Amino acid sequence: MRFVDEFRDADKAHALAARIAALCEPGRQYKLMEVCGGHTHTIYKHGLEDYLPESITLVHGPGCPVCVIPMGRVDDAIHLASQPDVIMTSFGDMMRVPGSNGAFFDANARGTTIKMVYSPLDSLKIAKANPDKRVVFMAIGFETTAPSTAMTVLRARAQGVTNFSVFCNHVTIIPAIKAILDSPDLRLDGFIGPGHVSTVIGCRPYEFIARSYGKPVVVAGFEPLDILQSIYMLMLQLHEGRSEVENQYSRVVPWDGNPVALRAIGETMELRPFFEWRGLGFISHSALKMRGAYADFDAELLFDVPGVRVADPKACQCGEVLKGVLKPWECKVFGTACTPETPIGTCMVSPEGACAAYYNYGRLNRQRVPEAISIELSRP
Amino acid sequence: MCLGIPGEVIEFLPEQPDLARVDVSGVRRVINVGLLTDEPPKPGEWVLIHVGFALSKIDEAEAAAALEFLEGIGQAYEDELTALRESRIE
Repeated sequence: MRFVDEFRDADKAHALAARIAALCEPGRQYKLMEVCGGHTHTIYKHGLEDYLPESITLVHGPGCPVCVIPMGRVDDAIHLASQPDVIMTSFGDMMRVPGSNGAFFDANARGTTIKMVYSPLDSLKIAKANPDKRVVFMAIGFETTAPSTAMTVLRARAQGVTNFSVFCNHVTIIPAIKAILDSPDLRLDGFIGPGHVSTVIGCRPYEFIARSYGKPVVVAGFEPLDILQSIYMLMLQLHEGRSEVENQYSRVVPWDGNPVALRAIGETMELRPFFEWRGLGFISHSALKMRGAYADFDAELLFDVPGVRVADPKACQCGEVLKGVLKPWECKVFGTACTPETPIGTCMVSPEGACAAYYNYGRLNRQRVPEAISIELSRP
Repeated sequence: MCLGIPGEVIEFLPEQPDLARVDVSGVRRVINVGLLTDEPPKPGEWVLIHVGFALSKIDEAEAAAALEFLEGIGQAYEDELTALRESRIE
């Protein structure tokens, strides 16, 4: 695996770690947030924190789309699925997310038809194959999946499909980052920017973080060396007193994103005035709904959606975990009442949730162990 | 759902230029390449796929690294491949 070695060379990792350590100013603490759940996964899986000095803390951000869906939206989806002749469809990740009266799997046991699909295009196909049914796609995800929903709606219109609609829960990453920056709970020094979201939106939308908040942002890839390299780039900016947006993942992320994808989103969807995020509360202009011109594909207009707000279970501290205020293991129910098998909170449901990632890969001893690095790097 | 999975473009579907057959870890399925119209991939090239849509072109080294990453995460990738196997995009 010559190719992979390029991204996992242990010697390179150690060299980067030494350069990162050399940039730490004595007595200063650094808090860097990795926004994306995929990065959280890599960090825990490879024990990357063990490579870092004690003065650098990695804080896990809200970039797990399943984790931020509030319970009320799960209840709304189940209500939609309970309407006559409705087939509800969604991604597999959603099936186990708990609502106030169970998850989709539980609803199906009570008689609804909620099908798992790989792609919104599969949902469209189900609609075409079942003209006497009303097929609703529960759309979730950040800008990574929003273009797929948009393209599917465009296709449905072009093909004249009238029994397909979208229950739109797409969220946008920038307002969530801004909400975290504005939160008094947490002082951050910089951001490891999300990789896949940025293939769509590009790097420019992060410029306000550097300009208005004076925090550096480095868009990062998903390999262990990508993340260490990004941390090095952030630390170098902090050391030199710069705050800029840099692109470590330029081999995949174009600076201007994917204009075709952005056009498709803009054509079919518009920003909601506000949207509730699990744990983060209501955030202005942080989610998408179908545009008026596509009202005939908007499940929220075609059906009566109760829109009831449901408080999270008292024991669940996903909100604090999503904001980075608590580490997963600091939650009261982590690993005891809440496990991947019996999740109470969303952060334990999705494999990209910080709690699930830590549960699967974390060590019981939470001290860093530089002498016993667990990273699975292959030496060249 | 959130995983970007690399696939090698095998061929385009006749009369449906926005659909292509790709190979993902030995699973051959149809995906939509309509988001790459500015720079369409050619057969033999690699793309990063999200929920049935190619979002970006990648090179072979990136594809190999991404596959290794995905195979390492276990169940989540298995679930994604299972879902892909059941996918019948047209």
